[in-house]
Amino acid sequence: MELYKLTAHELNNLLVEKKASSFEITTSIYERIEKLNKKINSYITLTKELALQKAEKVDKKISKGEKISSISGIPIAIKDVISTRDIRTTCGSKILSNYIPIYDATVIEKFKKEDVIILGKTNMDEFAMGSSTENSAYGVCRNPWNTSTIPGGSSGGSAACVAADFAIMSLGSDTGGSIRQPASMCGVVGLKPTYGRVSRYGLVAFASSLDQIGTFTKDIEDCAILLNMIAGHDPMDSTSVVKEVPNYTQYLKNDAQKVKVGIPKEYFVKGTDKEVEKAILNSIETFKKLGAEIVEVSLPHTEYAVAAYYIIAPAEASSNLARYDGVHYGFRTENRGHLPASQQAGKTEDRKISSIVDMYEKTRDEGFGEEVKRRIMLGTYALSSGYYEAYYLKALKVRTLIKNDFDKAFKKCDVIVTPVSPTPAFKIGEKISDPLQMYLSDIFTIPVNLAGLPAISIPCGFSKGGLPIGLQIIGKPFDEGQILRTAYTFEQNTEYHNKKPKI
Amino acid sequence: MKNIISKKDVEYVAKLSRLKLREDEIPKFTHQLNTILEYIKKLNEVDTSKTEPTLQVVPLVNVRRKDVQVLSSTVEDVLKNAPDKERGYFKVPPIIE
Repeated sequence: MELYKLTAHELNNLLVEKKASSFEITTSIYERIEKLNKKINSYITLTKELALQKAEKVDKKISKGEKISSISGIPIAIKDVISTRDIRTTCGSKILSNYIPIYDATVIEKFKKEDVIILGKTNMDEFAMGSSTENSAYGVCRNPWNTSTIPGGSSGGSAACVAADFAIMSLGSDTGGSIRQPASMCGVVGLKPTYGRVSRYGLVAFASSLDQIGTFTKDIEDCAILLNMIAGHDPMDSTSVVKEVPNYTQYLKNDAQKVKVGIPKEYFVKGTDKEVEKAILNSIETFKKLGAEIVEVSLPHTEYAVAAYYIIAPAEASSNLARYDGVHYGFRTENRGHLPASQQAGKTEDRKISSIVDMYEKTRDEGFGEEVKRRIMLGTYALSSGYYEAYYLKALKVRTLIKNDFDKAFKKCDVIVTPVSPTPAFKIGEKISDPLQMYLSDIFTIPVNLAGLPAISIPCGFSKGGLPIGLQIIGKPFDEGQILRTAYTFEQNTEYHNKKPKI
Repeated sequence: MKNIISKKDVEYVAKLSRLKLREDEIPKFTHQLNTILEYIKKLNEVDTSKTEPTLQVVPLVNVRRKDVQVLSSTVEDVLKNAPDKERGYFKVPPIIE
């Protein structure tokens, strides 16, 4: 049996009925990774030995008749921006190429308590800055559906490994679309929970008011199961909210009767690919047939979201990334060993360290990639004396208007349905030299982060070229349940999620 | 089109950001940052004269923990990843030139 193909809920049944062991499941995944991952490059670090030890431990528990949770013994991949004790955590950056965390993120602690099998750390855009996973210091990640295209980003590795059956589920992070956009482009389910729903403790900070950990799964049922495991208040993250966590599997109902589905006219604009638009319109028809009520809503400030985001996120990043100074951890310029010869620009005598500031500047220049430098400078500029009000404060005010738009729209509907990305996966290299074009590819996902809302991407079609297209379902704050119910009903009445890429 | 940000500005911002840019990086970043800032000018179309800023979306205020001692990381753990260390301290290049 090809165990790697299955979902977590299917595998849980096999484990409980003793028809498969966690060791067999984990081995089947690693065999597939070892055979095929070189075509995709979805992992930065693999932790096979640890994983197999853990699997044996779970199997022992099961054979002793102990009760296991619904994700015990299930192999899961972790985006390399989430801290894992004793496992290297690079954030896709050279500056953390030798960094081994001394503590676990809260989500990892929860996983360890439930005996989850951690497969390894997935490839990503450096410090989660990017929409294509081309900005990784560990090589470009490729889309399993067509290896000449990008998998999306920044959680490209986490999306690609689930699509390619190199993991049963995975965790990612979403600051401006970094879960939903790669999920859409790789044809898997990707959920960004409400800001504050899942602890960010141990998630390496990019833009702290926008970052959120979320899930990649093969179907909606697994999405609910994984959200159950990671949601909840955490004293270690004071922005996580004290609010009861429902059992999300109770929302897995094949019933969209009377659900009010809002369609924002501002999301159906020129510049969206015709095939994407068609897939979304078809999906709206499907909802109609399933008894949902379609309501037109308006989000008039949508067109300003990208501009506001590219002030707010870099401003927060410029502050968060100040900690990479070559003193406490990570790469320092005189430690030349981590860089290939081609990266050691300048003559050796120019690179001699004259002072601590000189060390900071050289460490950061050599350790950060281009996109990270660009955003640090953009943020520093926007926060600098004389520009603060014109840029940063202005962007924060526009953020208020964007949030108000959603508040108003949600008075008329239960969920809002939109495209995830204006195009299917684009070619590797296509947008890398034009940062603004890259930024604009997140136009439909960014407003959700600015408003702190939960949203999911689910498969809803394919382009003529065979690339997946995703549908975004946005919910009210802390109403992941309504999103899951709507998504589940769509999934149970369509076939898109059953198609797999040929690698 | 007049540049919003000059090469000199980029050098200054790089200095504030503690980044020693290579010669070839400066014109490229100047061009790219200008393109991005040109786009961001769009925000000026929006009337925000009566709008309050939103710093974060969750209605939380002053989250505090009890003032009690708890275990934190050991010195050994904290120094584990240090690029340079000596006798239980982080070691850095000269601070006073």
